[in-house]
Amino acid sequence: MRYGVVVFPGSNCDHDAWYAVSKNLGQSAEFIWHDSSALGDVDAVILPGGFSYGDYLRCGAIAKFSPVMKAVREFAARGGLVLGICNGFQVLVESGLLPGALLRNRDLKFVCRPVTIRVETVNTPFTCRASLGQTLTVPVAHGEGCYFADEATLAALRREDRVVFRYMDNPNGSLDDIAGICSERRNVLGMMPHPERAADHLLGSADGRVVFESMLQFLAAQPRAAVSGRTPVHA
Amino acid sequence: MSDLTASELEKVRAILKREPNETEAGIFTVMWSEHCSYKSSRLHLKKLPTKSQRVLVGPGENAGIIDIGDGADGKRWAIAFKIESHNHPSFIEPFQGAATGVGGILRDIFTMGARPIAVMDSLRFGPLDDPSAGDRNKRILEGVVSGISHYGNCFGVPTVGGECVFEPCYNGNPLVNVFALGVFRHDEIFFGRATGVGNPVIYVGAKTGRDGIHGASMASAEFTQDSMQKRPNVQVGDPFMEKLLLEACLEAMHTGAIVGIQDMGAAGLTCSTCEMGSRAGTGIEIDLALVPQRETSMTPTEIMLSESQERMLLVAEAGREQEVFAVFKKWGLDAVAIGRVTGDGLLRVKNRGVVVAEIPNRELADEAPLYDRPHGAAPYRPAPVEAPESFVHRAVCGDFNADLVTLLGSGDLCSKRWIWQQYDYMVRTNTLAGPGGDAAIVRIKETDTSIAMSLDGNGRYCALSPREGARLLVAECCRNLSTVGATPVAATNNLNFGNPERPEIMAQLVETIEGLAEACRFFETPITGGNVSLYNETLGEAIWPTPVLGIVGLMKTAPPVTIPFKNEGRTVTLIGGLGTCDDVRFGGTQYAKSVLKTLWGLPPALDMAYEKRVQAVIRQIVTQGHAESAHDVSGGGLAVTLAECSFGGIGAAIEITSSLRSDVALFHEGPSRIVVSTAAPEMVERIARDHGVEATRIGVTMKERLRIDHNAVTCIDFPVDRIQAVFEQALEDQLAPQHA
Repeated sequence: MRYGVVVFPGSNCDHDAWYAVSKNLGQSAEFIWHDSSALGDVDAVILPGGFSYGDYLRCGAIAKFSPVMKAVREFAARGGLVLGICNGFQVLVESGLLPGALLRNRDLKFVCRPVTIRVETVNTPFTCRASLGQTLTVPVAHGEGCYFADEATLAALRREDRVVFRYMDNPNGSLDDIAGICSERRNVLGMMPHPERAADHLLGSADGRVVFESMLQFLAAQPRAAVSGRTPVHA
Repeated sequence: MSDLTASELEKVRAILKREPNETEAGIFTVMWSEHCSYKSSRLHLKKLPTKSQRVLVGPGENAGIIDIGDGADGKRWAIAFKIESHNHPSFIEPFQGAATGVGGILRDIFTMGARPIAVMDSLRFGPLDDPSAGDRNKRILEGVVSGISHYGNCFGVPTVGGECVFEPCYNGNPLVNVFALGVFRHDEIFFGRATGVGNPVIYVGAKTGRDGIHGASMASAEFTQDSMQKRPNVQVGDPFMEKLLLEACLEAMHTGAIVGIQDMGAAGLTCSTCEMGSRAGTGIEIDLALVPQRETSMTPTEIMLSESQERMLLVAEAGREQEVFAVFKKWGLDAVAIGRVTGDGLLRVKNRGVVVAEIPNRELADEAPLYDRPHGAAPYRPAPVEAPESFVHRAVCGDFNADLVTLLGSGDLCSKRWIWQQYDYMVRTNTLAGPGGDAAIVRIKETDTSIAMSLDGNGRYCALSPREGARLLVAECCRNLSTVGATPVAATNNLNFGNPERPEIMAQLVETIEGLAEACRFFETPITGGNVSLYNETLGEAIWPTPVLGIVGLMKTAPPVTIPFKNEGRTVTLIGGLGTCDDVRFGGTQYAKSVLKTLWGLPPALDMAYEKRVQAVIRQIVTQGHAESAHDVSGGGLAVTLAECSFGGIGAAIEITSSLRSDVALFHEGPSRIVVSTAAPEMVERIARDHGVEATRIGVTMKERLRIDHNAVTCIDFPVDRIQAVFEQALEDQLAPQHA
């Protein structure tokens, strides 16, 4: 499978995502520069962590205007798999690909530590290899990861089984302990924890691999046309 | 600002053979400031060992470089590392002062061509509960931590460790020392040399503003009542710009079109031009009108002395400028040719074609005055040598449980989680051991080698004896590295002292340097560079002599041995033995400070030869996999060490027998001791015996409880979770507002 890792100026987990996919999982991975208007021949896109364009405004608020995000939106609209991690989640929310907002952490401080998250649905291309209720130890590292949405949106997320991960020990004050959500069509996942930092036993946990392995399994089961996004998944 | 002295001005006249104009005087003032020229310390720094087979680049460049061996690609790999202080700016404006401290040292690393992969910080503040300065100390700590967090996290370098200690002497003079380390191949090393007459001199990065003018001279003066008015002298950092600068510089270096590069740090454009010219024996001619500026009508002096952040100066191969410009354009950064390399050895600064300064590079950069400041006095001592009567005749039936709680909850020894959890310590996915351990470890993905790092300082020991304190410091750092199985190979130091013009302070500096030199030679850890920060005084009150040492070690990449006991029923062995300590040597301990609330005596006695053998023993035990956990004994002595070993939830039943009084046995800080838990105690003992080192079985691990008996009397007995809660919560509690 071919993963594309988007690089915004200020992305700093781009190499980590690339390394996890290519070295830990043995897939092919390439970087996609922010001013590209096409994604190239990739099966899935990762929006990595970091501080896109410095994030001096709201996190992700500038990134959504980049040429590459237009291509990502089109890719997602065709059913392509998009994984936004940390800053990538913030960019997805700002871009309107996922609902809600990510506010400053409850205690207004950056927090970096391993957290335990629970898999709340296996009905996504990102968790299909996990088991329901499985707990994963995956690090967080963010200053603005407090998930917020209005009651109606939260109700819809629950009703449609779109809360993908919940924190067991909420580090940032996210509503309903939400650590990750997917889009209506389930092909776009945003999560604050970093699965790419938990893809190697040497670093203390390899629990994050299941996210990438699920994507691989899902893509492998799709006809090639669907993989490159021409047919909607879960239509 | 501190101006040139009369004799310095005389020297300037001799060099120029005329009166300097205002711009030239400003240039000399910053280049010959203590901060840039090391004029008070240079004479003594020469005593430090700087060479070994691994040292590729020693002091004098932007960072030291050591060889770390072959990579998977068959190429030779290397690391660059250095420490820098940003003490004065961090007192005046904690957030930006600390942030730009991180930014400055990162540029020192990537200007050599290395990609920064780790940062550590050594911090000193006044006590948070200080009756008069406590609130300010909290504000400074919070500002410094958020500044480091802001800059390092955004830049994308993990802050993998550090230390933080509180003493009243830092009330008016906090210390912020930042260590950074980067990695690259031998064929990727760049130098700050302006070679090739006719080559273009190119300015890249942020635009120049009025911030930070005379920062270097500010850093070379004591604080007075007026210091708070120096806030405009503190620079403002932009980590996003620095991240772009990093990527653009490394990419530009790979074009092959760059011949030399240096960051603009202290003394900005002045320092980078004259140092690059001096190192290459060339001249540099620039026109300030070409310098990108973010403010209007800046004077030549202001442009030359500005310390605006995130700027670099590079020299490219003539005719290949466009390749360099293309890279910087891609990253959206200014890159402008502002001059060229000349053959006349002069720094010639023009403004719209008119010469405004003309100074010989070599004399400016390398011929700063050298002072042999008087140091015949005894080093200043803040405390008596003899132990107080109340200690000598102390009743020994103290409440050691309470004492242990006091120590674990003290600012110095408590968990610094509140601090390091605000740092991204994992970005780049190399961190095998992050903050909170004896040493931090990052792997080098391209090789099977990992780098262990220890950053340490002990102002209290050095106040009691600068020479012995310095030697203990080297031993402690090397022991930290050995405890995780790494072999110490090289060091960088940051010497934080008071006013060197006072002989009793200068004596502290000299003795410290000599102590460092002796120990670094003995432990084979040459000093490859560093920094000296003097005039750390406020209103005549000097800080304690505070050398901070960063030592790096090499190890094979493997899951690291960590501090907590892992399993019940394992033998707890004290490598190095119980050690010994007399009344005088107890006076510098954390126990004397936090429990007895007094200071006296001398630091713990160190036998360097024994220490070296202990380190060899623990390295062998750890690398051969005989230790399930390992932790060296340091602040707070054996009792605190054992408590820390218990914080994974497994405690121990410990029985020690000695001729020492119980408080001394439990809490003395004699070096050369490491606690391991092991399933193979005979093997551990055999390795120790082979090296002539004691290995004392002191107990067995057990569930959930820590009990320590001394001479068959139970001194300490606690559920682990109770003392752990004290340890974990103390800093946050101290930072909480007193009145909600």
